[in-house]
Amino acid sequence: MSNISAPAVDVQDLTKRYGDKTVVDHLSMRVEQGEVFGFLGPNGSGKTTTIRMMCGLLTPDGGSGHTLGYDILRESAAIKREVGYMTQRFGLYEDLTIRENLDFIARVYRMDRRAERIAGAIERLGLQDRAKQLAGSLSGGWKQRLALAACMLHEPRLLLLDEPTAGVDPKARRDFWEEIHKLAADGITVLVSTHYMDEAERCHRLGYIAYGRLLTLGTPAELIAASGFETWRVGGSGVNALVRELEGKAGVDMLTRFGNDLHVSGIDGAKLATAIAPFRQRTDLHWEQSAPQLEDVFIQLMSQSRDNFAGSDKRA
Amino acid sequence: MPERFSFARLYAVMLKEFIQLMRDRLTFAMMVGIPIIQLTLFGYAINGDPKHLPTVVVAHEQSPFARSIVSGLVNSGYFDVISTSARDSDADTMLAEGSVQFAVTIPADFSRRLLRGERPQLLIAADATDPSATGNAIAAVQQLANTVLRYDLTGPLAKLAPGQPPFDLVIQRRYNPDGVTSYNVVPGLMGVILTMTMIMMTALGITREVERGTMENLLATPVRPLEVMVGKILPYIVIGAVQVCVILTAARLLFNVPFVGNPALLILGVMTFISANLFVGITVSTIARSQMQAMQMTFFFFLPSILLSGFMFPFRGMPVWAQTIGEALPLTHFLRIARGVMLKGNGIVDLWPHLWPLLIFIAVVLVIGLKRFRRTLD
Ligand SMILES: Nc1ncnc2c1ncn2[C@@H]1O[C@H](COP(=O)(O)OP(=O)(O)O)[C@@H](O)[C@H]1O
Ligand SMILES: [Mg+2]
Repeated sequence: MSNISAPAVDVQDLTKRYGDKTVVDHLSMRVEQGEVFGFLGPNGSGKTTTIRMMCGLLTPDGGSGHTLGYDILRESAAIKREVGYMTQRFGLYEDLTIRENLDFIARVYRMDRRAERIAGAIERLGLQDRAKQLAGSLSGGWKQRLALAACMLHEPRLLLLDEPTAGVDPKARRDFWEEIHKLAADGITVLVSTHYMDEAERCHRLGYIAYGRLLTLGTPAELIAASGFETWRVGGSGVNALVRELEGKAGVDMLTRFGNDLHVSGIDGAKLATAIAPFRQRTDLHWEQSAPQLEDVFIQLMSQSRDNFAGSDKRA
Repeated sequence: MPERFSFARLYAVMLKEFIQLMRDRLTFAMMVGIPIIQLTLFGYAINGDPKHLPTVVVAHEQSPFARSIVSGLVNSGYFDVISTSARDSDADTMLAEGSVQFAVTIPADFSRRLLRGERPQLLIAADATDPSATGNAIAAVQQLANTVLRYDLTGPLAKLAPGQPPFDLVIQRRYNPDGVTSYNVVPGLMGVILTMTMIMMTALGITREVERGTMENLLATPVRPLEVMVGKILPYIVIGAVQVCVILTAARLLFNVPFVGNPALLILGVMTFISANLFVGITVSTIARSQMQAMQMTFFFFLPSILLSGFMFPFRGMPVWAQTIGEALPLTHFLRIARGVMLKGNGIVDLWPHLWPLLIFIAVVLVIGLKRFRRTLD
């Protein structure tokens, strides 16, 4: 049964296999009501599959869960009524106009005051002049916004957005995130998947998934703290040479280029300090301790998990 | 709690399909164009009423009667006499190589025996490889035999004119001695066209949504399988009805196919038959994994329909196993309904034995389709 105070999403040990490949592997997580939850992971890590299971579009091979308090295995009809799901691929009809698409959705949800709601949605989109344009003729960013408007039309309590910003230009991405935060302020829970690391910081809480496993869960600050990462930012003309010298050194777990700067990170602060000590005095470099980037944390997590997988493969 | 069937959602799906169909100009043009093209091509090829067929006349005598016969042939419109001075052997060669459709032989003593009232033979040899091409021409000749010499046989010769024709018309159908009854084909063609277009159009219905990525979105809404399936086929019932009108009009104008029965009964039969095909199509599309596969499955259904329904070969002439398969195909029953109504003036009592198999067929296919329709993306 639906429960107003239940977590928006609460799944345990979700597992999905395709053939002998485990695409989602014992994934457990909760999304609290009203938060913007970022679901991060590289391509093919199982984000879409997990979201589909959460809204009852895929039957898990193992595990259980509730979305808005409804059982994901048995109450998918109720979930569909109260969840807005925006598919990764544009899911509206390209050969229908903007208005026709919205009208179809409104009818399928059997909504009252259809004309009014559609007019409102089109106005919020700022597409009054183009309501008669075919959806297929819109640019990527506009398609994304239209799809969001369509899945908001039936006033869902939970939005599941699957890579809504993929292939959208930076300005449109920024606008999109503004929109998401506005919705969250209105009390709507938003779960948004992305493989853009820079979008992680915009979420209240994050889950990071790789190879079908949830590797970590928490607020951005928690994730950085938990990683134990220390990061030094290095600038100056000697940076290019430094990369080669630091590569593979004990204590240096990650080297990332950010424009002219180099980020040198390690899990063990002491080891990292020892490793970089010989280079600290170089005149063509200037060192500065900095806050670790979420991106570094995730990349580190991923390379660790890849090692784990490689290990388990050998054992198998 | 599962959603109940909703007419509002059914209407939503239907409306959307209809808009998409109208917007897809090519498909729409095909739906109306295919019947016209097929009817014209098939109709003339299989069962047309072709005129001006090349004819060679072998005249062993030059006489007023012979001349009257030749001009009578020409005036009927069916024959184009390309030569009147050929020899027997020339005529045979021309027939064999197909450069003429008919060879008319007027024997040497034709006039003499005609005047003596001995009813001489007039030999018409026809290349009946395609019997439909010659059928009407031969019918015209038979008419002609009664009247062609009317003006020659006046005065003292008038006694030769009445009653049976003054000469004996011998028709030799070469290469294919059995003709096909011509009117049978247009009702059949209507069934074939409906089978092909109705199944093909709807067979793509759901696979198209899957391939375009709109299926996931659709499944995420509360819409139910029955609503999707019925909503997707309803617009095509309208299209099917338009096709039937096109075909019947063309049948009337181009081929003079008579219509002796009750049009309302034909509409009933047509609607049932169209629904049967549409459900086959939509069920195919729940099974097929790609549009290509859907097309292949359509043809897999289409071929036995053409071959075993009695459209191509007389039903009673087929072996028992083929008849058994034929009885399970909607086209078989539709042919009986359409021919029954159009040509024989059958009433509902006569039609019922062919109507209920269609209804059972629809029920079975619908159940399969609903079972196969995946509500999830599994
Ligand atoms: N229907 C399917 N059949 C087989 N493999 C699939 C199917 N859907 C997804 N996969 C595989 O599952 C993995 C995870 O896919 P997905 O959930 O789409 O990842 P993401 O959304 O994170 O990019 C991928 O390796 C993909 O190839
Ligand atoms: Mg994905």
